[in-house]
Amino acid sequence: MYRETQIIEADNKADGDDLVINVGPQHPATHGVLHLVIRLQGETIQKVEPHLGYIHRSIEKMCESLSYRQFIYVTSRMDYLSAHINNHACAMCVEKALQLEVPPRARVIRVLMDELTRIASHELWWGAMAMDLGAFTPFFYAFRERETINDIMEETCGARLTMNYMVPGGVMYDLHPNFQQRVKNFIQLFNNKIDEYDDLVTGNIIFQNRTKGVGVLTKEDAISFGCTGPVGRASGVSCDIRKLYPYEVYDKVSFDEIIEMGGDSFSRYLVRIKELRQSIRIIEQLIDNIPEGDIQAKTKAVLKLPKGEFYSRAETARGELGVYIVSEGGTTPYRIKFRSPGFSNLSALDHISRGSKIGDLMAIMGTLDLVIPDIDR
Amino acid sequence: MTNNELKDHITQGQPSAVFDETGEWLNVQVEAGEWKAFANWLRHDALQMDYLFCLTCIDWPQTKHLMMVYHFTSTTFRHNVVIKVKLDRNNAEIETVSDIWRTAEFHEREVYDLFGVRFLHHPDLRRLILTDDFEGHPLKKDFEDPVNMIKL
Repeated sequence: MYRETQIIEADNKADGDDLVINVGPQHPATHGVLHLVIRLQGETIQKVEPHLGYIHRSIEKMCESLSYRQFIYVTSRMDYLSAHINNHACAMCVEKALQLEVPPRARVIRVLMDELTRIASHELWWGAMAMDLGAFTPFFYAFRERETINDIMEETCGARLTMNYMVPGGVMYDLHPNFQQRVKNFIQLFNNKIDEYDDLVTGNIIFQNRTKGVGVLTKEDAISFGCTGPVGRASGVSCDIRKLYPYEVYDKVSFDEIIEMGGDSFSRYLVRIKELRQSIRIIEQLIDNIPEGDIQAKTKAVLKLPKGEFYSRAETARGELGVYIVSEGGTTPYRIKFRSPGFSNLSALDHISRGSKIGDLMAIMGTLDLVIPDIDR
Repeated sequence: MTNNELKDHITQGQPSAVFDETGEWLNVQVEAGEWKAFANWLRHDALQMDYLFCLTCIDWPQTKHLMMVYHFTSTTFRHNVVIKVKLDRNNAEIETVSDIWRTAEFHEREVYDLFGVRFLHHPDLRRLILTDDFEGHPLKKDFEDPVNMIKL
């Protein structure tokens, strides 16, 4: 109801030939409840103003009354497509504070889960982005393969979407006996599928025309806006946390940090497609080398963090996730801040879409890969 | 750059800075009045802190202050530094840095929304997440909402 007042105000401000259009909060192309107020001159975008908060749950406030074991579960509901990686970042922050040593088996399992999550997330993005641009088939292709990952997750973690598997000190349960075989089958299947994706979309001339040179973000702007993940790397910023500040076993596996220099929508697309292959590479190196041993470090039933401030970061499918815990020495955090990648990436939307045509907005938004619960938190 | 080298540089740029090395990164506390000039120095001078990766606030009701926390990295030199600015809890005002780091525009709006810190000369200081007629600032420790808050 209050939002409507804002829309009317925006309408009044429009003068002359300006036209104000509201996209969302219930628009299929915003993929979630994001509300954009767009001011147009003819078909050219003058300004895009995001209105947030439709799915704000105040996760940071909730975490202040949850214990260090409990708060991790809430974070699966932030960026639900990177649930494992969110949990991972939080678990790492608690481990850093308690100086816990994670057993080697748990480290490898965590990286395997992270990379499977990244593939699943990029696949959903690929299908949805192509659908935004009018190609319907990729959506079905992407979900066909993503389903295989969901099945693997369901077997080991018991859930298909908001998985909770990582706990401070390791992982909750051991891998399902079928895990290795199923992942190997998936890799075999998926390797051919990426070529199919390339045939279907990457080389498609209509798709290239709609994305090349659209929504250009320069390197300086990407750093200034704090854009990370595929968005930052498509603008030539080296910002892969897995390479810059390696955690778990990322320094022991070989993979490339994908950097494109174009900064346009097509570059952002290429980064994610190429990252799929890198994730497969990481999984291939690890799947036969999961060490035996414990899956969890020994921890007390109630965790108490020492007084101080702790920060950990992880590379989610969308960029750098930071977890900042301020502890007063108790069993609950005094303050938690989640530095979500989508929030910073969204802040660049207005800047890069000004001067584009309204039709290009979907190409820009699609390749920013926004997940709204991650932005609103 | 090591913490000692960072300290040397920062002392030159801001002689009144107070250091704290207990955490993972070097913590530097500056006065609110000196913040804007210091921010400009951080970005453009020797340290080249071009990437503001986290901007937030912490409420400390016992000592009646709000603490602004800025996390910086330099993408050229790869050193990190945490800047803290103490604000009066009842009259929290600080200069905006959204003209230096553009990501601050959204982050400062979020802090304004949830903590009530007013950012002076901010281009568009409105509530970002909550509705315009929302009363109070939920991340403050004394915020009470008898209807929507469930105490565990």
